Amino acid sequence: MSDIIEKNDSPEPTEASQVAAFGGKATGAAAVEVPSYMQRRTLGQMLRGDLGFIPVLLTLVIVVVYFTIASGGIFLKPENLSNLVGQIATIGILGLGSILVLLLGEIDLSIASVSVLCSVIMAVLSERLGAPAGVAILVALLAGAVIGLINGLLVAVLRVPAFIVTLAGSIGYAGLLLNLLAGQSTLIINNRFILAIAGTPRSFLPDYLGIGLPVIAVLLYAVGLIFNYRRRKISGLRTMSFSRLVSQIAITAILVLGAVAVFESYQGVPYSTAILFGLIVLFWLLLTKTAFGRHVYAVGGNSEAARRAGINVVGVRIAAFTLASTLAAVGGVVAASHGTAVASQIDPTLLLNAIAAAVIGGVSLFGGRGSVWAIVLGVLIIGSLVNGLALLSQGTDVSEMVEGAVLVIAVTVDALIRRAQASSRSGR
Amino acid sequence: MAENITPAAGKMSSPPERSQRGEPRLLMRGIGKSFGAVRALSNVDFEVYAGEVVGLVGDNGAGKSTLIKTIAGVGPADEGEIFVNGQKVTISSPQVATHLGIETVYQDLALCDNLDVVANLFLGREERSFLRSLDEINMEEQTLTVLKTLDVKIPSTRSLVATLSGGQRQSIAVAKSILRKAQVVLLDEPTAALGVAQTRQVLNLIRRLRDQGLAVVVISHNLADVFEVVDRVVVLRLGRKVASFDIKSTTPEQIVAAITGAEFGHLMEPDGATKSNDSSGGR
Repeated sequence: MSDIIEKNDSPEPTEASQVAAFGGKATGAAAVEVPSYMQRRTLGQMLRGDLGFIPVLLTLVIVVVYFTIASGGIFLKPENLSNLVGQIATIGILGLGSILVLLLGEIDLSIASVSVLCSVIMAVLSERLGAPAGVAILVALLAGAVIGLINGLLVAVLRVPAFIVTLAGSIGYAGLLLNLLAGQSTLIINNRFILAIAGTPRSFLPDYLGIGLPVIAVLLYAVGLIFNYRRRKISGLRTMSFSRLVSQIAITAILVLGAVAVFESYQGVPYSTAILFGLIVLFWLLLTKTAFGRHVYAVGGNSEAARRAGINVVGVRIAAFTLASTLAAVGGVVAASHGTAVASQIDPTLLLNAIAAAVIGGVSLFGGRGSVWAIVLGVLIIGSLVNGLALLSQGTDVSEMVEGAVLVIAVTVDALIRRAQASSRSGR
Repeated sequence: MAENITPAAGKMSSPPERSQRGEPRLLMRGIGKSFGAVRALSNVDFEVYAGEVVGLVGDNGAGKSTLIKTIAGVGPADEGEIFVNGQKVTISSPQVATHLGIETVYQDLALCDNLDVVANLFLGREERSFLRSLDEINMEEQTLTVLKTLDVKIPSTRSLVATLSGGQRQSIAVAKSILRKAQVVLLDEPTAALGVAQTRQVLNLIRRLRDQGLAVVVISHNLADVFEVVDRVVVLRLGRKVASFDIKSTTPEQIVAAITGAEFGHLMEPDGATKSNDSSGGR
């Protein structure tokens, strides 16, 4: 018996036993991991992996350059950029919510209705019933959470297709908000606290916060990376090269501080932008640093495997839908403040723009793939298209056709990437 | 009784380096299971010891999968007794099986392709550090340790499982059960759909499991693989255990004969009367 084992083990390289003889954790990685891993990747693999955002970034650059030239430079003026940023906050927050659901491989078509419904609930409470702004906003967010819970229960427990549940829901909520507005088509918001969120010329962070918060965030990020780098080195795990560590921190710092500089050159960082980025960071931490986040990706990737691993698949689905609708409510509050009113009319492009922003940024419609940071690039592209077409005095007709085409292209690219990954796997 | 040759063969199979085998890790007595009028398993005895690899073979419909399902808790047995380390148990669900240290690696492997190796190994039982955040470094260290024990080579612990080869994926699925402190590992067709080199990888992996002192049950259609890696072969036919061979004193012909119900051209057991024509034709 034992000689059989030895005989059959001998074809395996003796390097393994040498490594074992040297012992130590440092050689553990070498015994298991193939050393040439980093060099072996092709450009195509990198574009599907870490560098997947490059084509999207190029698209954004092309869009920006085109509109800058076509508008005679107006597009890149700080006034217009500030305008653009105000427009995209709501799409961004809604898109963030839709990412949570998309990661599960589900879809939520009710976020636009929920968003407007919740803003109407807030407006009715504060303007008609005289409730304090804090209470009105809290109730609006709770309403969003409850709606999401209902969606989640129907989808996760009763296994009704999310597409139907949320489509039917969106129609129902649109009716409910008409009912709440009681025939009024526009309800003007006068509450000063609500308007202060995004609806006044002074809805900007003071400079010390506008510059301070991003700087602190970048510093924390850098400290976290360096701390992690040190711990991995000590544990003998494979680490990224020191130059990559430095460049990763440098690129992040340049991007963040560059964006802050653009804002500060005009009026500062708007509250709505701060809310959007605060939420993105929050959900980035939730999805990448916690077990819950990992379970979201697992359920989206292979729900059967997740179930067998003991993950509460139903709970994860309910939580994702609840968070998505709550975020939609947040987006509704910001939109109401920005528009200084709520209307019975739901913007027909809001839903598609939010989902498109997520998909354009690289979140897969098939679940399990994508980062919350996708929403930044996606929403910038969508926002630039809407804003730029308006600058060129194009009507809704052209704007909607272009947006439709962009969404189809984004989803097509997603499907192609998925197929390429599947074939590269079976080819091995 | 169809398995009257079993006890003797089972006792003799004791490998020389294990002088005292003690209690079997898993012992099943008189297992029976019916699906309506179909008798899928009938009075099957089965045992596997620590540090032993048992091959479970049989033709399609012989009851291999049904037997595995009774052990894994997916389809509990109707009759019979199961003992784990001498304790009588009732395996009513997969959770109970996991709790008893019985892990099953199914053919579909149940891995999340979109997650990396570490995430897959710790799925559902992640290590956490402060503020309940994931303790990636701890998990990665444990991953390297368990993969090193199993002598598995992968590009990186951070490779997505989608990018791994079939053999590597099988290894990850097995490593997952080791991390869950499995004592008995059931492998369902581990080498099906694998190339030559990858099959070798998986067979080496099975030997490693045995060397770790685990009790391993391998379902396989591939007799070459069976002969290379198992210590003992249990043959099922039409829901009955017809033979248990010590692999060192057995020829492939004997096993094929037991599987098909013919022994060197002759009918072996009377219970296979309806099958006698095709089985003797097959020989």
